[in-house]
Amino acid sequence: MELKSNVPTGPIEQAWDKHKFELKLVNPANKRKYNIIVVGSGLAGGAAAASLGELGYNVQCFCYQDSPRRAHSIAAQGGINAAKNYHNDGDSVYRLFYDTVKGGDFRAREYNVYRLAQVSVNIIDQCVAQGVPFAREYGGLLDNRSFGGAQVSRTFYARGQTGQQLLLGAYQALERQIGLGQVKMYPRTEMLDLVVVDGVARGIVARDMMTGKIDVHMGDAVILATGGYGNVFYLSTNAKGCNVTATWRAHKRGALFANPCYTQIHPTCIPVAGDYQSKLTLMSESLRNDGRIWVPKQKGDQRPPNTIPENERDYYLERRYPSFGNLVPRDIASRAAKHECDEGRGVGPSGLGVYLDFADAIKRLGAQKIQERYGNLFEMYERITGENPYLVPMRIYPASHYTMGGLWVDYNLMSTIPGLFVLGEANFSDHGANRLGASALMQGLADGYFVIPYTIGNYLATAKPAKVAANCLEAKEAVSNIECITKKLLNANGTRTVDSFHRELGKIIWDYCGMARNAAGLQKALGLIPQLRDEFWKNVKVLGSNDEFNQSLEKAGRVADFFELGELMCIDALDRDESCGGHFREEYQTPEGEAQRDDEKFSYVAAWEYKGAGQSPVLNKEPLTFNYVHPSQRSYK
Amino acid sequence: MKLTLHIWRQKNAQDQGRMVRYEVPNANEHMSFLEMLDVLNESLIEKGEEPVAFDHDCREGICGMCGMMINGKAHGGFPGTTVCQLHMRHFKDGDELWLEPWRAKAFPVVKDLAVNRGALDRIIAAGGYITAPTGSAPDGNAIPVRKTNSDLAMDAAACIGCGACVAACPNAAAALFTGAKISHLGLLPQGQAERDKRAIAMVQQMKLEDFANCTNIGECVAACPKEIKLEVIARMNRDYLKAAISERPMELKEVSG
Repeated sequence: MELKSNVPTGPIEQAWDKHKFELKLVNPANKRKYNIIVVGSGLAGGAAAASLGELGYNVQCFCYQDSPRRAHSIAAQGGINAAKNYHNDGDSVYRLFYDTVKGGDFRAREYNVYRLAQVSVNIIDQCVAQGVPFAREYGGLLDNRSFGGAQVSRTFYARGQTGQQLLLGAYQALERQIGLGQVKMYPRTEMLDLVVVDGVARGIVARDMMTGKIDVHMGDAVILATGGYGNVFYLSTNAKGCNVTATWRAHKRGALFANPCYTQIHPTCIPVAGDYQSKLTLMSESLRNDGRIWVPKQKGDQRPPNTIPENERDYYLERRYPSFGNLVPRDIASRAAKHECDEGRGVGPSGLGVYLDFADAIKRLGAQKIQERYGNLFEMYERITGENPYLVPMRIYPASHYTMGGLWVDYNLMSTIPGLFVLGEANFSDHGANRLGASALMQGLADGYFVIPYTIGNYLATAKPAKVAANCLEAKEAVSNIECITKKLLNANGTRTVDSFHRELGKIIWDYCGMARNAAGLQKALGLIPQLRDEFWKNVKVLGSNDEFNQSLEKAGRVADFFELGELMCIDALDRDESCGGHFREEYQTPEGEAQRDDEKFSYVAAWEYKGAGQSPVLNKEPLTFNYVHPSQRSYK
Repeated sequence: MKLTLHIWRQKNAQDQGRMVRYEVPNANEHMSFLEMLDVLNESLIEKGEEPVAFDHDCREGICGMCGMMINGKAHGGFPGTTVCQLHMRHFKDGDELWLEPWRAKAFPVVKDLAVNRGALDRIIAAGGYITAPTGSAPDGNAIPVRKTNSDLAMDAAACIGCGACVAACPNAAAALFTGAKISHLGLLPQGQAERDKRAIAMVQQMKLEDFANCTNIGECVAACPKEIKLEVIARMNRDYLKAAISERPMELKEVSG
């Protein structure tokens, strides 16, 4: 399949403006004739649904939660990047672009990233106008802080609740459109299949989670903004409901899945405490601004942290990366922590943890300032661990957090199925092989507020989709496909719970396709996953029926898709014989243990094509070219 | 630790519902409360009994999806804590606990401990926003905001919409929820243009839903996992009263669906 990225030509600085001018418009009177389906109501979906409603389109928005305000964007703590240069410290659109391309380890599309950096400034303006209570200085102007992977202060924040406040901004704009009747909201409704008619996305099949009713919703375009697939690991910082079902089932209908092996393991999470653990809690990366990360120099040192003298501590990030210190990008910080623990210097009961210490910051700034900056995070930590981080260093360990891979999209955010657009974490486009902190919120809102409103108009004006009835053959086929899956899950009548399968699958993926991978391990995983998947379909136990609120059934469908995705992750990781960003193949590292890219062979996007059950997926390559940021070995030393 | 749970089981909104007794022999102090319920549910499924339905999502106290009454207290009654962040170290071996869904006419039960809180969304849809269509915003620093106001707005904006305030209120009023949004937006210069209209529209919608009036009891504040202050209700009342006098009468449309 030929992948047409539709990236504009000419100088990158003017590319988006030029492209916008060339995009066709839909006149205001015609907008109301178009129905647009938006799946997901987080920063990308919520912003898109609200903005498209404001433009006059008829929008139907779906989310699995009981309210659009609960989408997992809400959990982002640290902040959102924007190249405002309010601090006169040398920031610019070009620098944010440069940092993001470099941070992504030269595996992202330059033109997409430049556009992201450009619209970042509009996002802040938009959010301020909506009433997002960003932190401010006494003079009343906006405050900033610095974040991993950058040497300037460009991160805007609202206490430790930036994601929540940004989402509430988008949610309130969305509720306004709902109140005006411009958007119809379907909460507690889960997309289960995509309706493709004549090769074009024309609707979705969705289940009303309260009644189990399966309905077809038709539209002139479909937008998926359904987040990432980090829950494939079972334990992750994602919300329990986060899943890959919408994007995976679209993949099975023909949308290519790009770079599934690019997953981000976040360095600062609370370590696992026991087998019953249901999720991991992230401590914002912003903590690395003031906290210092260390382990005891001596292996197996069991002394309480405060009694270990300064000269017996190893501040390993400051030692190994003197210019970025504790603010190195996430992939590097995570691997460094894993390295220390693998060598036996880890702390805590499991030995899988490192200290994040605020003693120096408290001495320098006072406990009050620290409380102002991180109060709610400290509280959250104490609530979970029972330890007071003002007195005892926090214990942290890396955990699955974000997925850079996702459905392949062109510059217009359209997938390989015409009429199917993919926004936010659900697409693959902007972060390459590693995402910098405070960039997920930026990308979600950029896609939703400032990209899709332009590009979807061009699609509708060009394609002029004709009306298709909800009882067309393709829709009926999709419905019976879903009914068949549901029946199979309910009738398996086995002995094991859905969670027990999910936990076992997650362990396989974490062990063999987690922070570090190698060919032997990946091959092993590719043997284990199909075995477990076969057992799942034969031996899963899902009680109750389809015609009711049935949380086990919901979970079972999602886990079924995680099995297939997990396998593709391993195939992709095995195929990419290099290390880059979050994808670290142990065979490919520099003598200092850093990721070793192979630009000659692997400077491309790996976009996988589904070929049917039991068939090997087919790899399609979109070559990446770098005309502005010259690929180099990333160095944060 | 060994626990005895009495859990409200109700198949759907039409079902009568009843308390059912369960034993959890294998809880431990590091589990969160919801993880303890996961353990119970796993054992129920293995025995062929339907698991207990309860809402939850982020499990880090920010999405507002979870919530239940534990021994009559919303979220268990620990200060500033959602039930997903409540850990079993606060309980002891042999404890007997009663778990019920949020009790309020405006929140019909979906199943077991899960309820429908759509009424809260409709209050926001009625006026809980600043009209600022995408693309129309001036530079972020064009409007300075007093730090004290910005901080107070943030305090109010911290509401997660979980509904504990309603469940804890003897009147089942939604005054803390509504007051928090009116305060958040009314404290900011960007929110002034619609301040009167917002107060009238949101209070009106609150009354159209099945929420009763606030009588300043303050149970809501004690139950709020984000520790929203009672003063947001005073702000709401003041804005509403002021708006009722100064604002020309306008047509308000009920939000439905």
